[in-house]
Amino acid sequence: MNISLNITETIQEWLIGFMPEGVASILGMSIVALIYLAIFAVAGLYLVLLERKVAAWFQLRIGPNRVGYWGLFQTMADALKLVSKELTGTVKADKFLYNLAPYFVIISSLMALAVFPFTKEFQAFDINIGIFFLIAISSVGVIGILLAGWSSNNKFALIGAMRSGVQTISYELSIGLSLLTMVLLTGSLQLSEIVETQKEGWLILQGHVPAVIAFMIYMIAGTAETNRAPFDMVEAESELGAGFHTEYSGMKFAYFFLAEFINMFIIAAIATTVFFGAWLSPFGITESIPWLGVFWFLGKTLMLVFLMMWFRWTFPRLRVDQLLTLEWKYLLPINLVNIVIMAIIVWLNLTIKF
Amino acid sequence: MEKYIFYILSVIIIVFAMASVSSRKMLRSVIYLLFVLCGIAGIYFLIDYNFLAAIQLTVYAGGIIVLIIFSVLLVHHIEMELEMAKPLRKSMTGLLCLSGLAVFLYTIYNNDFHVVENSVTTSTADVGAKLLSYEAGGFILPFEVISVLLLAAMIGAIVIAKGRKLTDKNDDVL
Repeated sequence: MNISLNITETIQEWLIGFMPEGVASILGMSIVALIYLAIFAVAGLYLVLLERKVAAWFQLRIGPNRVGYWGLFQTMADALKLVSKELTGTVKADKFLYNLAPYFVIISSLMALAVFPFTKEFQAFDINIGIFFLIAISSVGVIGILLAGWSSNNKFALIGAMRSGVQTISYELSIGLSLLTMVLLTGSLQLSEIVETQKEGWLILQGHVPAVIAFMIYMIAGTAETNRAPFDMVEAESELGAGFHTEYSGMKFAYFFLAEFINMFIIAAIATTVFFGAWLSPFGITESIPWLGVFWFLGKTLMLVFLMMWFRWTFPRLRVDQLLTLEWKYLLPINLVNIVIMAIIVWLNLTIKF
Repeated sequence: MEKYIFYILSVIIIVFAMASVSSRKMLRSVIYLLFVLCGIAGIYFLIDYNFLAAIQLTVYAGGIIVLIIFSVLLVHHIEMELEMAKPLRKSMTGLLCLSGLAVFLYTIYNNDFHVVENSVTTSTADVGAKLLSYEAGGFILPFEVISVLLLAAMIGAIVIAKGRKLTDKNDDVL
């Protein structure tokens, strides 16, 4: 079986067959964008379902089981319901910014989705600064949250947004530095090259001790970056209602909600790419069948997503001061020392390679 | 293809730059400024200078704009609109802007631009090597000077944020 997954080129070549080049390239881009939008929607909806199932499992419930077999269409039904709902707004709010805010969040997570190597050739945009691009994009999303909080004209929403701003800006440092630790091993920021170096063993094995520390820091900071429990100060239900999206209804609320789950997927996918060898199979068992890479990539990513859900239903929520202490007094210094250790290990050639 | 994208990006930059200075609501002009900065990042992507584009996104869009939003949100009466200036002031400003535009256009039309034949993608390794090289054309000295400056700024921020040490009231009595 030989399925060509190099979507950008395959579609482009197929289109050039019967239309002028300029039109073909624009149409090709639109089709790729639509494919990614579809991935975005489907992944978002099924992550919501997964979260509900996992939550039910942890709380000894059954979870959604009415719509479709095993509740598989529950979130689809929810989405349809949200589409048909009225879009409410607050009086005296800045309507333009209020309507604009969800798109910041959703566009930044869509752009991040484009650079992941789902398998050897299934990658829309193999940019040479891959990881740095991901960090850059994720720093834009917070603007949407700040705007949403302010333009809701609601004090709880504003407090939630300010907390989110503080949290995201602080934890972005840890994410950047822990990824930088791994870049020392690969020597490249390009995601396809990072995968290439992992053919000699996944980076978490190559880098052994400092890599494991970096992975732990990355997962903690990643959970905080997506504003999930135990770091969900932003939407602490008992204090702030629903936080920054209290005033949003219908589809605009769904945008925030979907983007939150996609961000979780993105954090897990970055960890898969950088620490666990992306689409590479363990010991190269399916190397002869390239399209199975998608299966491995999604499998590893979903394992990490499950880990984050496990965090959510296990740990109690932190206070704001504890949150900032954790980042600035513990994670950041550990991270800086860790980078030096990793540099020494790479310099003395103490990495494990197969 | 590239030509059209360039024109689209320039229109975005120019329109939002004008909207940014002419908007009378504070937070809106910050957002327009964000669009201008994203448009500039788009131009960097267009000329295949990905590193600078990502820097533009992290430092300006993600850093400076978030900082500005924070400081705007802390301002009292943020919902108030900017007052209109007096006609004399308006015309003076207009004159100044026109002369500035004239200087820019004059330099642009008199400069001899060199067209690069093959587009070269600058990699991060090239940037890093240039930044740390101490041979002719290297940037090690400015790099070090800036790092010292940043360190000074960081220490200054910590000193200001810490404030004076809280003293126990009993200390004054004794």
